[in-house]
Amino acid sequence: MQNRQGASIFQPYSDLKKLFRKDELISHDASWIFKFMPYILFSTTLLIGFALPLITTGIRNGFFGDFLVIIYLIALGTFFLALAGIDAGSAFGGFGSSREMTLSALAEAGLIFSMLTLSILAHSTNLADIVHSVVSLPLTSLLPVLLAFIGFFVILLFETGRFPFDNPATHLELTMIHEAMILEYSGKRLALIEWAAANKLLIFMAIGANLFFPWGIASNLSLNAILIALGAFLVKVLILSAGIAILESSIAKYRFFRLPDLLLTSFILSMIAIGLIF
Amino acid sequence: MNFAQNTFLIALLLFPAGAITSIAFNKNERLANFTGSLFAVLGSISGIVSAISILFYQGTFSVNMPSTFPILSFALKMDSLSAFFVLVISTIALLASTYGYGYAKHYFGKYNLGNLGFFYNLFIAGMILVVTANNALLFLIVWEIMSLASYFLVIFEKNEKKNIKAGSLYFYMTHAGTAFIILAFLLLYRSTGSLDFEVIRNSINLISPITRDAVFILALIGFGTKAGIIPFHIWLPSAHPAAPSHVSALMSGVMIKTGIFMMIRIFLDIFPGGPIWWGITILIIGAISSILGVLYALAEHDIKKLLAYHSIENIGIILLGLGSALTFNSLGLHSFAILSIVAALFHTLNHAVFKALLFMGAGSVISKTHTKNIEEYGGIIKYMPYTALFFLIGSLAISAIPPFNGFASEWITFQSLFAGIRSVGSVAEWAFMIAAGSLALTGGLACACFVKVFGITFLARPRRENIKQITESSFSLVFSMAILALLTLILGVFSGSVSATLSRIANSVMAFRGEVVISNVHTSAIRTGDGFASVSLPSIFLIFGILLALTFIIFKFIPKKQRERKVITWDCGTNLGPRMEITATGFSRSIITIFADILKPSKEVKTTFHEENSNYFPKANTVNLGTAEIYRSYIYEPLHKLMTKISSYAGIWQNGNVNAYILYIFIILIILLIVGAVK
Amino acid sequence: MLKLFSKILKTPKTVIEPENLKLDIEAIKVGKKIEKKIRKLFSGSLAIREVDAGSTNACEHELTALSNCFYDVERFGIHFVASPRHADMLMVTGPVSQNMQEALVKTYEATPDPKIVVAVGDDAIDGGIFKGSYAVLDGVDKVIPVDYYIQGDPPTPMTILVSLLEILEKLDAPKLKPKD
Repeated sequence: MQNRQGASIFQPYSDLKKLFRKDELISHDASWIFKFMPYILFSTTLLIGFALPLITTGIRNGFFGDFLVIIYLIALGTFFLALAGIDAGSAFGGFGSSREMTLSALAEAGLIFSMLTLSILAHSTNLADIVHSVVSLPLTSLLPVLLAFIGFFVILLFETGRFPFDNPATHLELTMIHEAMILEYSGKRLALIEWAAANKLLIFMAIGANLFFPWGIASNLSLNAILIALGAFLVKVLILSAGIAILESSIAKYRFFRLPDLLLTSFILSMIAIGLIF
Repeated sequence: MNFAQNTFLIALLLFPAGAITSIAFNKNERLANFTGSLFAVLGSISGIVSAISILFYQGTFSVNMPSTFPILSFALKMDSLSAFFVLVISTIALLASTYGYGYAKHYFGKYNLGNLGFFYNLFIAGMILVVTANNALLFLIVWEIMSLASYFLVIFEKNEKKNIKAGSLYFYMTHAGTAFIILAFLLLYRSTGSLDFEVIRNSINLISPITRDAVFILALIGFGTKAGIIPFHIWLPSAHPAAPSHVSALMSGVMIKTGIFMMIRIFLDIFPGGPIWWGITILIIGAISSILGVLYALAEHDIKKLLAYHSIENIGIILLGLGSALTFNSLGLHSFAILSIVAALFHTLNHAVFKALLFMGAGSVISKTHTKNIEEYGGIIKYMPYTALFFLIGSLAISAIPPFNGFASEWITFQSLFAGIRSVGSVAEWAFMIAAGSLALTGGLACACFVKVFGITFLARPRRENIKQITESSFSLVFSMAILALLTLILGVFSGSVSATLSRIANSVMAFRGEVVISNVHTSAIRTGDGFASVSLPSIFLIFGILLALTFIIFKFIPKKQRERKVITWDCGTNLGPRMEITATGFSRSIITIFADILKPSKEVKTTFHEENSNYFPKANTVNLGTAEIYRSYIYEPLHKLMTKISSYAGIWQNGNVNAYILYIFIILIILLIVGAVK
Repeated sequence: MLKLFSKILKTPKTVIEPENLKLDIEAIKVGKKIEKKIRKLFSGSLAIREVDAGSTNACEHELTALSNCFYDVERFGIHFVASPRHADMLMVTGPVSQNMQEALVKTYEATPDPKIVVAVGDDAIDGGIFKGSYAVLDGVDKVIPVDYYIQGDPPTPMTILVSLLEILEKLDAPKLKPKD
């Protein structure tokens, strides 16, 4: 789409492998928060992974499969990420944290409401139950689900740091949001943070694919169902990734103060979706 | 029963004992401080014991000493609801007293510690009496004691002019609120003929709907002023910072909750349910208070003022729970109403705990750095590691991050609002949606604010040279903070059991006698009644802990060849100085710009020049960034002007001339004689 | 957006097909060899931080051209990063002006080991056309230890690619290991 071949799709794995082998440089000014944040961030993505129905709803997590828990676990990771950005006392980390927290505050409302639309339709906030119910919804619920999905997609773009919110490949620190907070990291901690960011992208795409369009998910643990579900999951994720890529190649990054309007739009779309349910 | 009653009465004796011994020893500072704190601690312990015995061993107790003079009749009653509030008050008072013992050492030689001990003990005693009073007149007396004691505590550091002004504002506002409360009680007296709460509760049929609504509005304004809802909150941001830190913890953590307690008592216990507009009004007020509270907090750089605004925000969240309870109650959806009340009560408890923790941390930092401005902090985590750790836990709790207690109560509040969106009809549903949206927004903004506060205060490099000399606080301060931090974790992890207890308390409230209990104690999970949602915080805590440990072990020790070196921060090749870090002003500027219509920020630039007449060579630029005080200018100033104008007209009659007064008496006398003769 | 895509499809092919251009066959060949070396030495990913120490920006243009659609070094696993902390290789251009001396030293110290420093362009090697001026320090190796040099004023992207391949081959040779 950008008229070139670009890096291979396994490039991020190579980046991670290389980073694990490099030395680390830690600033004198950094405290234990800087040193621990990558572990905390990575663990939150793993924990959320336990709660998501990726391929099958046969394993229903009644303990923390609630969508509010997922959202606030993401907030836990973001909290520490923002603190680590401030910790080293560099010129860019601080304002990266500021912009991230500003937008994150506004995005939370949109995220909660888009998933709330689905819970109201499914009569449960548990993710596995939502997946179960959305498969068998009548056609009249299609419009709310679509509106909620558009709202969710906007938040997906923000939380994973893609256009139009953030340019993952930029070198201009003044325009960075997520990248600015990790400018100070090196070596294996940087690898963990990049890995956690990739996990987060997968988490959001899995939520988008499985919750809003759950056809193909296995409802039990038999081998056939799981294989079909794996295939369906890959197809859905591929379509979503293609969508994100098309978006990245066609639009430019928005000016920072236009982004709250975008997030507010997502919130209003979800509110309209809820209003349409009744 | 007797045991609880006895321990409570012991508590009521210990506090005045502390007050009197403190003032008696006021020449000897150490002894005054020690006895004041000791009796406060003992009194709190007996308060806790009596509350626990009521809560877990059932029953209520009443102490009734009626007499023919209403002013001398003494009626106390502690049922489950009062016991819960006494428990909250006593726990926070206990920890505040242990903290205060070490903190007050900073006042040696400067202020009179006998006064501090005296008013402090009276304050706590007043608070526990407020939540157990069963007679309107007794209530008003102890309410006044509580307000006056806290007024004297606010102006304790009387050498600063700001504190005196803050105290005066607090004094006026609290008495204005009390006036509304008196009116409400008078209306109740007129309809039912008695000041005793029991009698009023039993003769509820005598009250006409109009009186009932009038009482609602008056009580809302009166108790709302104490609780700090917008727009009656203007005393809060100046009074709470002015008081000593352990008193701020008490005021912010528990005193404003007494307003909430009386609201629950009147709206749900004495009146077993009102029309739906009651609930919706409180929902809207809660939504507005929470958002505005957190926005003003973001614009503040005085650490205690910022925490005071966060109290306003959390009161808004509690009101969201209360409002939904009232709405569900008037619609007959009792199980959801209990869910909402549990949310409100749980958040009351949680906020008391983490707000006290945060104020203690702030006090600890302020006592070492002698400034309240967070722009002058920085890098304190290296010099005060324990304070930093506990403040971090407090920040995580207030931002509703799992597995701490703030998350549990916000989760339940969300569930009650979601239940509202799902189940009720058109108008109320939109109120619930606005409330849920505002709660979501508030949660995110609170997170942002505490990243700012914690990051700027404790992380990066010191912004002033004097920071490098500070040391960790003394044991009593660190100990109190540690206990509170542990409490936030315990309350979060065991939130299932806590919510089960709270739903039993909610059951005891008049409106909900005999309804369904909502939570499942078995797996220590919180579960809503109809299976809509469930969360198990212990499992989150456990699994997250295991994952964190695994990640740490695997990634710390497996790639072994790498070294870690300490270097300076990457500063893009320029000189690294304290001005390179983000400042608090810079951090919150984006949000203030986004919400500029609400906050109305102002920017004032003053330039001084080298030469008087020539404007070509500037010497210095001063930039003043501020937010507009809209409540003062749009509500209170016009009211003030109106009052002054009316008073000036009254001055025509009250002119100080004795002859005029005699004339008035004469005229009235003639009129009365004529009227009497005509009759 | 639809217009954009339809334009891509309708525009006549004025781009010279790679197969017809002898130069470009070499770019792909060189690129493939670079990719193999990078996979062996850097686990498949080479992160480069470019430092401008007072250069005329001619070298920067050429370095930027490496990331365009024609040369496209990203497909070989090379990418440019925003912070020296993330970098494996520093490419320094310019004759190191007095003002940039300290900045260059700090950048060098901010890069984690193992790292490689490459001086790109004649200016960076010994001052180039600015040699002897009072304002420059005559070459990067007067300030920080340099591992390899790439000649040219400025070197074309093709030259940079071929030189990069030679650097990687030298790194792979058993006698010389990357600086630790």
